[in-house]
Amino acid sequence: MTLFIFYCFAAVLIFAATMVITARNPVHAAMYLVLAFFNSAALWIMAGAEFLGIVLVLVYVGAVMVLFLFVVMMLDINLEKLREGFVRHLYIGLPIAVVMVVQMLLVVGSGIMDPATLPSGDLPIPEDAGNTALLGSVLYTVYVYPFELAAVILLVAIIAAIMLTLRRREGTKHQDPGRQVKVRKEDRLRTVDLPRNQQSGSR
Amino acid sequence: MTTADAFETPDLMLALPEIWLLAMACLVLVVDLFSKDRDHTPAFWLTQFALVSTAVITINLQWGVDATTFSGTYVADDFGTILKVAALGLGFLGFAYSRDYMRDRGLLTGEFYMLSLFAMLGMLVTISAHNLLTLYLGVELMSLCFYALVAMDRDSPRASEAAMKYFVLGALASGMLLYGMSMLYGTTGSLDLATIREAAATLEDNRILFLFGLVFMVVGVAFKFGAVPFHMWVPDVYHGAPTPVTLMIATASKVAAVGLFLRLIGEGLEPLIADWQQMIVILAVLSLLVGNTVALVQTNIKRMLAYSTFNHMGFILMGLLAGAPGGYGAAVFYAVTYAMTVAAAFGVVLLLSQKNFEADQLTDFKGLNERSPLYAFIMLLLMISLTGIPGTVGFYAKWLVLKATVEAGFVWLAVLAVAGAVVGAFYYLRIVRLMYFDKPEGAGPQPSGSGGFRAVLTLNGLAVLALGIFPGALVAICMAAFAP
Amino acid sequence: MAELIELVWILTKIGAILGPLILSVAYLTYAERKIIGWIQNRNGPNRVGPMGLLQPFADVFKLMFKEVVLPSNANRFLFLVAPLLSLMPALAAWAVIPFGAGLVLTDINAGLLYVLAMTSLGVYGVILAGWAANSKYSMLGAMRSAAQIVSYEIAMGFALVGVLMAAGTMNMSGIVQSQAGPIWNWFWLPLLPLFVVYWISGVAETNRAPFDVAEGESEIVAGFHVEYSGVAFAVFFLAEYANMILISGLAVILFMGGWYSPFHGLPVLGPVFDLVPDLVWFVIKVAGFLYLYLWFRATFPRYRYDQIMRLGWKVLIPVTVVWLVVLALMILAGFGPWFD
Repeated sequence: MTLFIFYCFAAVLIFAATMVITARNPVHAAMYLVLAFFNSAALWIMAGAEFLGIVLVLVYVGAVMVLFLFVVMMLDINLEKLREGFVRHLYIGLPIAVVMVVQMLLVVGSGIMDPATLPSGDLPIPEDAGNTALLGSVLYTVYVYPFELAAVILLVAIIAAIMLTLRRREGTKHQDPGRQVKVRKEDRLRTVDLPRNQQSGSR
Repeated sequence: MTTADAFETPDLMLALPEIWLLAMACLVLVVDLFSKDRDHTPAFWLTQFALVSTAVITINLQWGVDATTFSGTYVADDFGTILKVAALGLGFLGFAYSRDYMRDRGLLTGEFYMLSLFAMLGMLVTISAHNLLTLYLGVELMSLCFYALVAMDRDSPRASEAAMKYFVLGALASGMLLYGMSMLYGTTGSLDLATIREAAATLEDNRILFLFGLVFMVVGVAFKFGAVPFHMWVPDVYHGAPTPVTLMIATASKVAAVGLFLRLIGEGLEPLIADWQQMIVILAVLSLLVGNTVALVQTNIKRMLAYSTFNHMGFILMGLLAGAPGGYGAAVFYAVTYAMTVAAAFGVVLLLSQKNFEADQLTDFKGLNERSPLYAFIMLLLMISLTGIPGTVGFYAKWLVLKATVEAGFVWLAVLAVAGAVVGAFYYLRIVRLMYFDKPEGAGPQPSGSGGFRAVLTLNGLAVLALGIFPGALVAICMAAFAP
Repeated sequence: MAELIELVWILTKIGAILGPLILSVAYLTYAERKIIGWIQNRNGPNRVGPMGLLQPFADVFKLMFKEVVLPSNANRFLFLVAPLLSLMPALAAWAVIPFGAGLVLTDINAGLLYVLAMTSLGVYGVILAGWAANSKYSMLGAMRSAAQIVSYEIAMGFALVGVLMAAGTMNMSGIVQSQAGPIWNWFWLPLLPLFVVYWISGVAETNRAPFDVAEGESEIVAGFHVEYSGVAFAVFFLAEYANMILISGLAVILFMGGWYSPFHGLPVLGPVFDLVPDLVWFVIKVAGFLYLYLWFRATFPRYRYDQIMRLGWKVLIPVTVVWLVVLALMILAGFGPWFD
């Protein structure tokens, strides 16, 4: 039964992954990517990595892909132009791809990836604690250095993103609603006493 | 793999250089935010102070030490100290040379200092990594900063194109590196480089899988080196990026790349030397060939230096592929001195550049001797050193590498490299000819820049000469770092 | 055979959750119209059935028999799938919600994460609906909604981090059990700032007033579902209200002691009030939060878009970050009756 479910998810995953690169519409492609993430999350959960699986959904599906979709919808991507390159570069890309696939098949096919020969995971997952708790306990102890480094990378990403996007260009029609709201009557309205013009008044 | 139960509180003092640099970078971030100075002077001085103080801390805490901390993810040792101090020093030169240039182009922002500092941090982390995870994170931290720095000049289409190319190819290379690492992890069940080394020494039927991973990792590392045939990004990035950023990429990041190679392949996969030696030989030969031939026809000095980089990367790889202490020492010496020389060369380009003018054409150097004998002389020294003529440091670097290569049994490679160096003399000495024997077209660019900049640049240039005359100390340090 | 019986049993349980849920949605719409009516000194619906009690059914039948109009140049498939995509996560999250002690469909360890993951999926329905309809108003609504939901999810996630720090578990039942005791033992008190942040982000995540710029009828007609009609529209409606109930239910579980009575564990009052079944306490508390939703809608004017963003990023997120530090200190110090 578990095996059956596994193959179902795996089949959908491969289908979705193929569709990501073949779908004509970029929004469809993004949605297939979401589907692919979803299925891999399911596979991870089946493999016992419930934390990673759910976080994959939470972070990639719930946040990253939303922004991705956002961008894809905003940009009007001309697919015809992208497709031109595909055929043009096929003669060079295809042989390389074939060579790589053959190499990989040779490596995988030689039987060395047999689970029996590879070292098993060092840590058996205890029954009582979920792997969330286990991950948490090593993240801040054994792996604290890589963990902090990852945090620094995120900080750099924020700084870089702000640096590259936040710039004042001349001539942009940018309105700041905050300033619009802060406007007071005195800033815009000028009351003057206009003396009645005696000579040219129409009587 | 270790569990939380076996966890010992890490020795934070050992990793103080990285921690200190991170703290200083965050301090720069905050100080710059609240400083009203238009030229970001506080950020500049704080950055320089951070680099110098980190170098001092590194020397004090890590020279002569061989210890790991953070559960074996961090290592401090001699050659790491050399590379770190070199990277920090090159960063110092880069900042010292870049202020006027960046200010003239409206690029002198606090982010320039912060991102460069974080890039420095990434290099330090890479050099000190003792775990696949930290190694990768360090490389990625450095690369991410450089991607952003290359794209800094948003109004320049060439910079955007360069950044795009750099980013896409860099991401691909990172993917390769990670894929290779995953193979190692799959076969050994460990991310720790020491464990991987042990496992590599006692390989049985997992050998193919191991080598499969090795190929991908060599590709990833070669990309970071900018070695042919993984060099496509180099000329465009050198040309498109703001020159100070090019300077950093051309100097400090190469030193970090040497660190990456030594940690990942030289140290972690040392037992497989027979396998990776062949791959590196191919990279070295291609780099020597392509670098010299294409550099001959360049008219832009930034592009010329980019192509000639391949030639020098070929030399560094020759030192590394010997796989012996002598070779490693020679490679480190080569990398450090080459980076220093190139930093000064870019410094001269920056010196000649004015507002709205890039002095990056070879013709801009015509008749430099008449305008500024001092800097023409310094440029002469640099070019001689890059060529490898005796009397400058470049000669010793090449000689050490060639010696190590011959000792490792690659006489033909050494002959090829010498032939390449002779070809290289053409395009390096062409600049000398332009400076001393040609008349400038029009007035030609005058040297500009503050007194501090000029002083540092002059010292940098004279150091090339001084090290050429008295190379003994630095050679001894580099060799001692690898002494068994 | 045993597998089949188990399957049927699970399906029955799912039905036992979804049936009342959908009924609640129906009567929540009724309550909304009634309560807002009373707040505005009107009567609200009072024609269909006694006191208008059959009004929801009349609405449902009306919507069911209306035509689903497909706009020309709409992306047909995504246009029809979008409502389902917004409904599916709203219902799926209920799988881990404990209604009483042991009264839960699946008691998984990472329940809190699962709920967070599911609520973050709801945005797809909105974005795709906005894009697929090929209409400018829809598109604007979808964009606003996407940015808003993604921003507030961060604040909400941080608030939930506080809860799991306090409870020491991500299991929903475990979180409730760690709050066992009278009302001042529940997490709303030590986590008060997080509770407020959670609730504000919850309202924003469901795109309800005063954060309903995604619909914004005064500017962009009805936002992302401006082109929807009939059943498709009803499904969006259902999803929105199911989400409201879900967010309220979560607030009860995470901060308001779940199924415990407010006097649980007190000498005399405790046993007396414990006679009332768990489920009833849970429903009463949820109803209280739902009333807040309606009250907000009747009281507050709509936020401007940039104000929403500023509130989310510059107020809520810093508040949560600061309070997480305070909370960590409180836990370390074994503060009060909560962390001893």
